[in-house]
Amino acid sequence: MPELMDLAEKIVSETQSGEQIEAFVSWGISTEARAYRGEVESLSVAESAGIGVRVISSHRQGFAYVGSLSEKAAKEALQEARDNSLFAGEDEAVGLAEPDGIRHGELDLWRDELSRSTTEAKVNLAIELDKACRNADPRIRQVTSSDYGDSAAEAAICTSLGIKAQTRESVCYIATDVLVGDHEDTMSGSGYSVGRELADLVLAKAVNDAVSRSTRLLGAKKQKSSQLNVVFDKRVTATLLSILAGTLSGEEVVKGRSLFAERMGEQLAASSFTLIEDPTNPFAFGASSFDAEGLASRKVMLIENGQLKNFLYDSYSARLAGAASTASAVRSGYKSTPSVGAKALFLSPGDFDEKQIIEKVGNGFYVQEISGVHSGVNPISGDFSVGAEGLMIRNGQLTDAVKEVTIASTIQKMLQQIMYIGNDVEWLPSSASGVTLAVSDMSLSGN
Amino acid sequence: MSILTDEDILVPADVIEKTLSKAMAMGGEFAEVFIEDRHGSAISLDNKRVEELSSGHDRGAGIRVIVGELTGYAHTQDLSEKGLLAAAEAAAAVARRQQNSGGVIKMGSPTHQSEKNLVKILPETISKKRKVELLNEADEIARSGSDKIAQVQAGYGDSRRRILVANSDGLFAADDQVRTRLSVLCVAVGDGGLQTGYETLALTAGFEIFDEYSIDQVASEAARIAISKLNAKPAPSGILPVVIKSGTGGILFHEACGHGLEADHILKDSSVYTGRIGEIVASPKVTLIDDGTVYRGWGTSRIDDEGHPVQSNVLIKDGVLTDYMWDYLRGRKDRRGSSGNGRRQSYQHLPMVRMTNTYLIDGEDDKDQIVADTKYGVYVSKLGGGQVNTATGDFVFGMTEAYLIENGEITTPLRDANLIGNGPEVLQNIDAVANDFDICPGTCGKDGQNVPVGCGQPTLRISQVTIGGTAGA
Repeated sequence: MPELMDLAEKIVSETQSGEQIEAFVSWGISTEARAYRGEVESLSVAESAGIGVRVISSHRQGFAYVGSLSEKAAKEALQEARDNSLFAGEDEAVGLAEPDGIRHGELDLWRDELSRSTTEAKVNLAIELDKACRNADPRIRQVTSSDYGDSAAEAAICTSLGIKAQTRESVCYIATDVLVGDHEDTMSGSGYSVGRELADLVLAKAVNDAVSRSTRLLGAKKQKSSQLNVVFDKRVTATLLSILAGTLSGEEVVKGRSLFAERMGEQLAASSFTLIEDPTNPFAFGASSFDAEGLASRKVMLIENGQLKNFLYDSYSARLAGAASTASAVRSGYKSTPSVGAKALFLSPGDFDEKQIIEKVGNGFYVQEISGVHSGVNPISGDFSVGAEGLMIRNGQLTDAVKEVTIASTIQKMLQQIMYIGNDVEWLPSSASGVTLAVSDMSLSGN
Repeated sequence: MSILTDEDILVPADVIEKTLSKAMAMGGEFAEVFIEDRHGSAISLDNKRVEELSSGHDRGAGIRVIVGELTGYAHTQDLSEKGLLAAAEAAAAVARRQQNSGGVIKMGSPTHQSEKNLVKILPETISKKRKVELLNEADEIARSGSDKIAQVQAGYGDSRRRILVANSDGLFAADDQVRTRLSVLCVAVGDGGLQTGYETLALTAGFEIFDEYSIDQVASEAARIAISKLNAKPAPSGILPVVIKSGTGGILFHEACGHGLEADHILKDSSVYTGRIGEIVASPKVTLIDDGTVYRGWGTSRIDDEGHPVQSNVLIKDGVLTDYMWDYLRGRKDRRGSSGNGRRQSYQHLPMVRMTNTYLIDGEDDKDQIVADTKYGVYVSKLGGGQVNTATGDFVFGMTEAYLIENGEITTPLRDANLIGNGPEVLQNIDAVANDFDICPGTCGKDGQNVPVGCGQPTLRISQVTIGGTAGA
């Protein structure tokens, strides 16, 4: 394991007068195994590492990255970032994060056990998953993939303003995709389990989810178009919350691309709706001690009892807005610069579980899967239209299966029309937690 | 511009031979070395300012070893002999069942090296200042037409990807892929809130594209779309005829059948098109081609990421399914050759079956007549993406610029919405195909890997498809 912080410090030690430098150095090792028909189909193992350097000079920012940890590569990246900064436009708000004295919490996101597990044990998990799925239900006609995957990653951020942050995290998962039915009536379903070491993974959960989610959709048909109440499955709710967070990005707000820009303090949503971003919660999949600029993670109240309370900021958008960073900078690795994003959204739970919500809603549409989020949801205008599969709710019961329909509304209207929020919080491998959610008056388009 | 003389990527043939020999000696039936060196630069303008210039360099090798039904893969950033041999050993570990005596692999010279390069001006030879000017120009043009344009985001990007592929069958091929793009996103503000317009110019070519195409075409188009949508009404909800303008509508075929014709889905029986070669799967007006050779197409290259020359493959001919798309591994399982569709995002990824440029060829109808013949329906002039479940064939695709058709005329603009259909049904319902072919760039995601693709079609009509809006149809 190379000393990431040493390398980051070395890069930052090259800082010239009038300049700010940030070095982000990361290293990771990953394993991916796929099983099919009881055998390993593929197995990949690899290490990868890289350096991303930001240089800010005369209020101009340049960035460069290189997929290597050699000192020669580090020099190359620094020089290129410096050169890039000369051509950017000037902006007083450009700059690295200023240390703000907030202490970071110690989060336990790493397990030595993961690196001690043998490749064979990991491969066997994928094979067991495949076999368990094949034997789980007579209606299963194909298990297209059963995967095991993991990564152990470390990163160091060092800046010329005195920030030093080091993180390490281990993650592993199993995931499977199954097909049920026959060629006249096929449905698909997926299941997974996620953890930080092998012992966290629950094979039965992955199998049960894949089987129950696919078999209950057998016989699915298109429905007549109508206006109705919709109950979202936990996984779908997590996706919806991630979309919503995009509209609460301070960067989009200051750049005039948020539909909620002028609405601070207003009642955006039903009063039962309280949305918090909290990467300090160790149960969140996106939990992290620091943000991508090296500031300590903190809890941010975004919407409280339906009222808009805060936007998410990184240091640049905060300066533009005259606000403080909420430590909400994220980056997708050494190849990208930090930008604003949510990673641990939490919707305050309500009073009922999924079954009770379905009963209370009485008649409507239970949505298990959505598709076409990137093509049918416009987070700037608020238009919302997605493909959906699920089950009709009649007299408080889940009844016939539905496919090939869309559900539509606008983000603004959906927030106002929230009926129930479940008490069934589940931490999903997503930037948001999952919980059952009921929304009234959506348009189902079918035949 | 010879590939192997550049010291950045130079891996001597004897090191490649040793690496392959090592992998085979450890039990491989097939071994492959994929070496990639990628330089990229990107510039973003937002809020009237060039915010950032970014450049990067990645290089590494992926080593694949196949034994029976097993594939072992390892990648490394260390291109020295030691690094490559270690990766070969790791990849072969999965195949360590029996020790082969191990034939020694001998390489000739890589093919394709002497082919004429399509790139006239390498983007790396253009000053950063000039690239920055492009974006400032785009910003100015986008804002100049109307004071309703409230925000402009413009992006420039170029990449140069050099690959070298060698395998134990003696294949040894190289390619030098240069891509250049410019995109503009405009936000317009009106009484009804915010609306967006997006346009992009992206070709597998060099900086010469800016001599051939004007920035104005991209920037004005993005602004025009955003402004036109300010008066947009909610899209209808329900089944209607839909006319799709030439160009971005190719996404329809990419989703409705493209993914379902990828041999990995076929061999796992997870496609509605499995076992249907020779059958009628579409209207007789449909002839669909996947073609990696399209001149400067966004999904174009000379070889795929397994070293096979790309081809033009007819998938559907006059409505009859003629073939699937194949990579090396799936071709091997089916005892046939690759169709040049083995692609991967980078050296860190296993190759799999992917589309290149997928398009419907021209028909004989007239584009204006198609609209005139439609009493009530929707005219989609721009699609923004889609998603398919290959096992059920159900797919969605999103319209980002659309209008109502009333009494044969294009009228009210519509807000964004998805359309949903079932691939085999929608293909049967194509009842008019015009002769105004156009092709557009896109990014295709599959199994966590993104690759550049092209999608194209002439103006066409689907007699009925579900539109996922909120207004009564």
